[in-house]
Amino acid sequence: MNINDIIKPENLVYAKPRLLNDNHMHYCPGCSHGVVHKLIAEVIEEMGMEDKTVGIAPVGCAVFAYNYVDIDWVEAAHGRAPAVATGVKRLNPENLVFTYQGDGDLSAIGTCETIHAANRGENIAIIFINNGIYGMTGGQMAPTTLEGMKTSTTPYGRSVDLNGYPLAISPLLAQLDGTCYVTRQAVHTPVAVRKTKAAIRQAFENSMNGLGTSLVEIVSTCNSGWKMTPAQSNKWMEENMFKKYPLGDIKNTVK
Amino acid sequence: MKEELIIAGFGGQGVLSMGKILAYAALMDNLEVTWMPSYGPEQRGGTANVTVILSDSEISSPMLDDYDTAVILNQQSLDKFESKVKPGGTLIYDSYGIHKAPTRTDINIYRIDAMEATFEMENAKAYNMIVLGALLKIKNLLPVESVIKGLKKTLPERHHHLIPMNEDAIKRGMTLVK
Amino acid sequence: MNEEVKLLKGNEAIALAAIRYGVDGYFGYPITPQSEILETLEAEMPWDTTGMVVLQAESEVAAINMVYGGAASGKAVMTSSSSPGISLKQEGVSYLAASELPALIVNVMRGGPGLGTIHPSQADYFQATKGGGHGDYHLIVLAPKTVQEMADFVYLGFDLAFKYRTPAMILADGIVGQMMEKVVLPPARPRRTKEQIAEQCPWAVTGKLASRKQNVVTSLELDTAKMEENNNRFQSTYRLIEQNEQRYEEYLTDDAEYLFVAFGSMARICQKVIDDMRAQGIKVGLVRPITLWPFPAEVFDRLSQKVKGMLVVELNAGQMIEDVKLASQCRVPTYHFGRLGGIVPNLGEISDAFFKYFPDAKK
Repeated sequence: MNINDIIKPENLVYAKPRLLNDNHMHYCPGCSHGVVHKLIAEVIEEMGMEDKTVGIAPVGCAVFAYNYVDIDWVEAAHGRAPAVATGVKRLNPENLVFTYQGDGDLSAIGTCETIHAANRGENIAIIFINNGIYGMTGGQMAPTTLEGMKTSTTPYGRSVDLNGYPLAISPLLAQLDGTCYVTRQAVHTPVAVRKTKAAIRQAFENSMNGLGTSLVEIVSTCNSGWKMTPAQSNKWMEENMFKKYPLGDIKNTVK
Repeated sequence: MKEELIIAGFGGQGVLSMGKILAYAALMDNLEVTWMPSYGPEQRGGTANVTVILSDSEISSPMLDDYDTAVILNQQSLDKFESKVKPGGTLIYDSYGIHKAPTRTDINIYRIDAMEATFEMENAKAYNMIVLGALLKIKNLLPVESVIKGLKKTLPERHHHLIPMNEDAIKRGMTLVK
Repeated sequence: MNEEVKLLKGNEAIALAAIRYGVDGYFGYPITPQSEILETLEAEMPWDTTGMVVLQAESEVAAINMVYGGAASGKAVMTSSSSPGISLKQEGVSYLAASELPALIVNVMRGGPGLGTIHPSQADYFQATKGGGHGDYHLIVLAPKTVQEMADFVYLGFDLAFKYRTPAMILADGIVGQMMEKVVLPPARPRRTKEQIAEQCPWAVTGKLASRKQNVVTSLELDTAKMEENNNRFQSTYRLIEQNEQRYEEYLTDDAEYLFVAFGSMARICQKVIDDMRAQGIKVGLVRPITLWPFPAEVFDRLSQKVKGMLVVELNAGQMIEDVKLASQCRVPTYHFGRLGGIVPNLGEISDAFFKYFPDAKK
């Protein structure tokens, strides 16, 4: 048996989606972004929406999402992705428009834009990566940082007295009449990955069906920021993050 | 032809809309026109004024130091604008609420009792049209037909049934001038 | 729709001109003295006629970012605000400039700094012409003096913005915004079709077609060499704009011994002062920059070689005067007169200031 016997098409068990290009990702080994990027590329490809999709990239680690997912992108100012998405979608209703935002972008500096886009029921999908920390700028506290969690700006652990409570923004957005689907998922196990993919697909379909705003929160790890190995990060996430941010659908009006 | 006017009174007296009707009327007569209001919260109860310039040639400044004609509807405005009427110009004021009458002798002063007439007509909304009627009679700026056309432009269609009432008020205003 | 004569407020003229131009989207937030723009657009319901989108955003910040998204897709989009709101928009304006996106921003200026006053001002000259947000960039800045120009500059602003792929600004003030005048609304144009947009804006995000590479609208470039290259490209566009687009108006400058210099509504007030002074035999004229950026340097270079002095009249503490002095190389005495905080000077004050600085002019 030689290599040519092995690479026959009928032996193919897994392929990278075509829309995920060959650029080297700048994400740290163990980071959740790569998996979510791949899922987005797969869903767009499977929906046949490549020529209709516009992604809105955030400021944060995913600022370079456009370097990896081979679709049209707009790179927004920090926190403004839902407003930028509103502009694109309102003027191009035939497009599939989604934002890809981290917890700093979506739930700190962009809270206003997030809430109002969702409250208007903009027909967009919001992919929300919540890893409880600012990865790109070097591990500072995010609104979603857990109580007691150490970051470079809470070196002795987040204190509620000083920094307030961890912000669970998805349940808050679920209360708005403009959202049709709010779910919280993860990508730390194959099962979780499959569920997240289904959630992204539903969110994208909702927006094309004009049902309102869909939000897919993906509780994620940041092993560099958390200063753990990837395996430790997954365990820590399950034991700590999931307590504050339990997985599952928070709202689904589209059954 | 050039006429530089100020209309001044309380917000709610219809000062700005009277100026607007005049401006529309001038437009109907193919004149150049500028309408420059005092704007902001003072519109809602404080003093309000509007500068209207009608001219058969291009108008430069929409704001002025002095006026050919001042239409004055309260004491504060009289205090403020009496001195700003050009010598030989015209000051028209409603006596209602005026406790200190104008004193200049180098201008033409007309007292009209428009508020009284409003009470008699039992129609507070006619007030600014009565004043406008008096102005038109005194200054003969524009034909009444142009003013009616201007009214049609300013009033939304659903209020067009009010035009005869406004026309009556204008005519009533004309009779107030002695 | 052909030309149409109307009596309009400056703000209303902007709204109606936007619909007639075939603007695709307006995103705004209420602030005095320009709220009539949004109000007029909402009342006109252009979504039923031309298909134009009108949206009241949750903030000026959101509005300019909606503009950013719309512009990225190749659409003709605009926003409007007044001074404090324009400050909030500056982040987005810098991104528009850096991403080389055409868009129109209207600033109906009011007195500042801070929350200031709602009354007319021209104190945002520096902000508008020198950048406004962070980074090395310029907007094309048009200063209307009449309600007619409020309408016309919507057309001109968009045409220039698309020609040079750069945001343009109409820098008006509370006077031009609030006053009514006769306006001939320019002929209506249909909104561009999808195909026309694709042809005019091959860079636009529309969904990646099999026939082309992905389009990415971004202002980010971490590679400093590439970022310098981007900046050099912006700068060469700006040089081109400076060459081609300087606009100004001269009034009685032929035999003028002294010049007034003013923009927007102040130019009209100065015109009246000039008429009065001419009646007394004093040879004065006016230069009115129409493009505040690119600044019409040429006219000042030329006229400063023959006049005895200039008085720059602005509703601010002395901003455009810096550009006047640079352009005229300080050849002649150049002074500034302005009122602040929303006060508009009366005609007498302006002529008093003139004679204070140029007492010899009376002879």
